[in-house]
Amino acid sequence: MPIVRVQEADFDTGRELDALTGGRKDVGALASFTGLVRDANDGSSVSAMTLEHYPGMTEKALEEICREAHQRWRLLDTLVIHRVGALKPGDRIVLVGVTSAHRGDAFAACEFIMDYLKTRAPFWKKEATPQGERWVEARSSDDTAANRWRK
Amino acid sequence: MVTLLYFASLRESLACSREQVALPSGSPTVAALLEQLRSRDARWSEAFAPGKNFRIAVNQQMANATTALKTGDEIAFFPPVTGG
Repeated sequence: MPIVRVQEADFDTGRELDALTGGRKDVGALASFTGLVRDANDGSSVSAMTLEHYPGMTEKALEEICREAHQRWRLLDTLVIHRVGALKPGDRIVLVGVTSAHRGDAFAACEFIMDYLKTRAPFWKKEATPQGERWVEARSSDDTAANRWRK
Repeated sequence: MVTLLYFASLRESLACSREQVALPSGSPTVAALLEQLRSRDARWSEAFAPGKNFRIAVNQQMANATTALKTGDEIAFFPPVTGG
């Protein structure tokens, strides 16, 4: 079963990944991705960010993405933690962890989950810039990244 | 009745996060609901103008204009997502 959490609080990357592998002796690979809030985007400095989500649907969408990853690759466990609310540059925003017997499956599934999260999970970023607040526009490069898994 | 939810920039431009409306008559679809919303005033017709880039979810699953609706459904409208 995928582990999915949407929360305001920060997370301890090491502890979360230890918990994901803890007690299992069949894990040969743990691949993870940590997303951080950048201090600049689209030519402006960014002093703060607010994350909005769709409670209920967000968790379902993330679970569905993880389940799809389990169908595509031989995985043991998947973990997604995504923060919402007020964040600042340098803060952790998302953690994806995937365990498998072998690295190839873990690497691919971790990238797949992030690519689908960027295009299918209902989160929206609002940035505070010197010109005022603005919603982050979806990027076509994110769609391109997600579409390559459809082959 | 159905519940409508609006998120992010759409919520702000419509000044509405949640409302309940009557199900469109006939064989109701998302398209019929959108037509009903567009007929409210210029702000709503602009927000949901054909060609505008927004997403639709019905009962928390991604949907489109042809998706059929029934009493009690939760229909959400939002801009393309930007998490991660």
